[in-house]
Amino acid sequence: MSHDGTTNRPDIERPESVYFFGTCLVDLFYPEAGMAGMELLKAQGVRVVFPQGQSCCGQPAYNSGYREEALKVARAQLDYFPGDWPIVVPSGSCAGMMSKHWPDLFKGEPDEARARQVASRVWELTQFLVQVLKVKFEDQGPPVKITWHASCHAQREMGVTDEPKALLRQLANVELVELQREKECCGFGGTFAVRHPEISAAMVGDKVADIENTGAKAVVSGDCGCLMNISGALEGGKKPVRGVHIAQFLKERTHG
Amino acid sequence: MGETSINFAKASSAALQDQQLRGNFRRAMDGLMSKRAVQFADTAEWNGVRTLGASVRLRALSKLPELLEKLEANCTKNGIQVHWASTTDEANAIVLSIMQRVNAKLVVKGKSMVSEEMHLNAFLEKHGIESLESDLGEYIVQLDEAMPSHIIMPAIHMNTKQIAHLFKQKIKEAEYTEDVAQLTDLARRVLRKKFATADVGISGVNMAVAETGTLCLVENEGNGRMSTTVPPVHIAVMGLEKVVEKLEDVPPVISLLTRSATAQPITTYVNMISSPRKEGEKDGPNEIHLVILDNGRSGIYADEELRNTLRCIRCGACMNHCPVYTKVGGHAYQAPYPGPIGSILMPQVEGLEKRGELPHACTMCNACVEICPVKIPIVEIMGRLRSEAVHPGDAVRGAGSHASKAEAMVWKGWSMTYASPLAYQFATALLAKLGNAAPASLPLLKEWTNVRAKPRFANRTLHALAREKGIPDV
Repeated sequence: MSHDGTTNRPDIERPESVYFFGTCLVDLFYPEAGMAGMELLKAQGVRVVFPQGQSCCGQPAYNSGYREEALKVARAQLDYFPGDWPIVVPSGSCAGMMSKHWPDLFKGEPDEARARQVASRVWELTQFLVQVLKVKFEDQGPPVKITWHASCHAQREMGVTDEPKALLRQLANVELVELQREKECCGFGGTFAVRHPEISAAMVGDKVADIENTGAKAVVSGDCGCLMNISGALEGGKKPVRGVHIAQFLKERTHG
Repeated sequence: MGETSINFAKASSAALQDQQLRGNFRRAMDGLMSKRAVQFADTAEWNGVRTLGASVRLRALSKLPELLEKLEANCTKNGIQVHWASTTDEANAIVLSIMQRVNAKLVVKGKSMVSEEMHLNAFLEKHGIESLESDLGEYIVQLDEAMPSHIIMPAIHMNTKQIAHLFKQKIKEAEYTEDVAQLTDLARRVLRKKFATADVGISGVNMAVAETGTLCLVENEGNGRMSTTVPPVHIAVMGLEKVVEKLEDVPPVISLLTRSATAQPITTYVNMISSPRKEGEKDGPNEIHLVILDNGRSGIYADEELRNTLRCIRCGACMNHCPVYTKVGGHAYQAPYPGPIGSILMPQVEGLEKRGELPHACTMCNACVEICPVKIPIVEIMGRLRSEAVHPGDAVRGAGSHASKAEAMVWKGWSMTYASPLAYQFATALLAKLGNAAPASLPLLKEWTNVRAKPRFANRTLHALAREKGIPDV
């Protein structure tokens, strides 16, 4: 696996168990993506633990400037991941918040060391599947043409750029066509979409046009924020392209 | 928000309606991005020169007071007269007093962002002095009575046709043409006359070298050299962060600057100005003045995190790569510095009460951080400013000025719910059951559904599904 050098994190041994952090958007809007993520991990012989006390990484408040409120919510998560197992997250954005921003958020707090320890165990799902579990998928689906939307935080905070595409390329009947502006933000940005709806609409409009130009039947992404924005715009514009989370797509193709 | 606050949302909305403008920006920025990518295609070289550039800037900032003193001493030794201005008003007054002493009526200007920050042209005009921009882009913008929309390419928002119409309308001897060479030639003819008769030349400074007292100026058109060489008096204006320690610091920064800005390996002119005309020399001004402007920078310098803002070498790459800037263009920011760097610099210089909206003009996608040649943590500073905007504090002027009781209550309620497993599960179960009944006309939902289908809550949350499927909890 080649990397662009942004985060070459040290290899870890294949663990017996992992924690799954579902994220609040997956919880409410894309639970099937969360379930698919857990099933992909289980299919590799890993035991998956889903702590029922978990809720959210705190990012929405953090990015809005409400750091105390973000800290309160982030702190509440620490109790639910007590073991040494990796924490796998089906979202580059939430994984980025936990692994990159928690250390700053908890700076000077009594539980800083604990937060850093938890942060160091966070993996984005595709990163974990490729780097740690070294999965090999066998495609069982019909031929289809798809494209990939790279989430900003997955690529620029977690350094996950090649992994999702490497997974999709393992699927023999899947033709992956890259977007012309793959790295460009879709305009979600959490509260940005609400604070600046017109700019956000223009951004997602460009993204949708880019997707349409590929002629793909589906756009696959690893982040539910982007997915909600892009597939919402596709659907709102009556475009015959489906937005789907990579966990769900992989599950459908391999043992669905 | 205070009455003086600037409305980015309103201005960007207008920009989004302008299809011509959107097309101009999309094309221009796409071109710049791909050209820049070619310049830095070698990742190892990019990482190396970027680390070097960042370290040059960091080292300079780490001993800023000392280097500024050294710069003043060495400039003075070289015969360059140094002036200090803590505000833009003071800087303008210094420039005016020099002009009045030499009885100046006409000034030619090279490109200078600090003079934009000072609104120098308007100020001089008020005092009966004609100030002519000599950089082609700045000249176009000045003719159009507009602000620059980009720090490197001031007229990037206009296409050739628009410029052709502008020239025809504003320049007496102009005949309508869309031929770029002819348009450029026309501007050159106008400017040449002015260079020859100007009393004073004004320029910016890309870097000032402390150990030698040298002012570096990078440009492509030769107008910078004309402005600083032909008139008998040269006034250079710079922000106090522009100092570097040694002469050897200059090449890596210039290399990063030109490649990041316009994707040029080097520009046509690199001027190194070290003294006024000496005896026996054939050209050069008789007097050189350097005006060093603070305008809030020493306050930025005082905060270790915010200080990183001052690393900026003004290449504009962050705006070229910003998906928000690319959509709305520079004028929407209504600031001399638009885009990501402007969104962190302007609130620090002018206060959050006036500029507190700008840190929100960002999706936090980090494209600017990825591209910044001196590794400014732009998005981190953006987050810090968002937090300062809602919390009273003394690091940035106007801290707490955007605190809205309603918004604070929403986040308080959010944190109470999300920090308690019981409350969270109750709330999410309720949303899964009833959330979809919310009408699309609800205030926040309405903005969303203008172009998007309504997000659909799943019937059962992931928590519920995991429980049902027997996924272990511990």
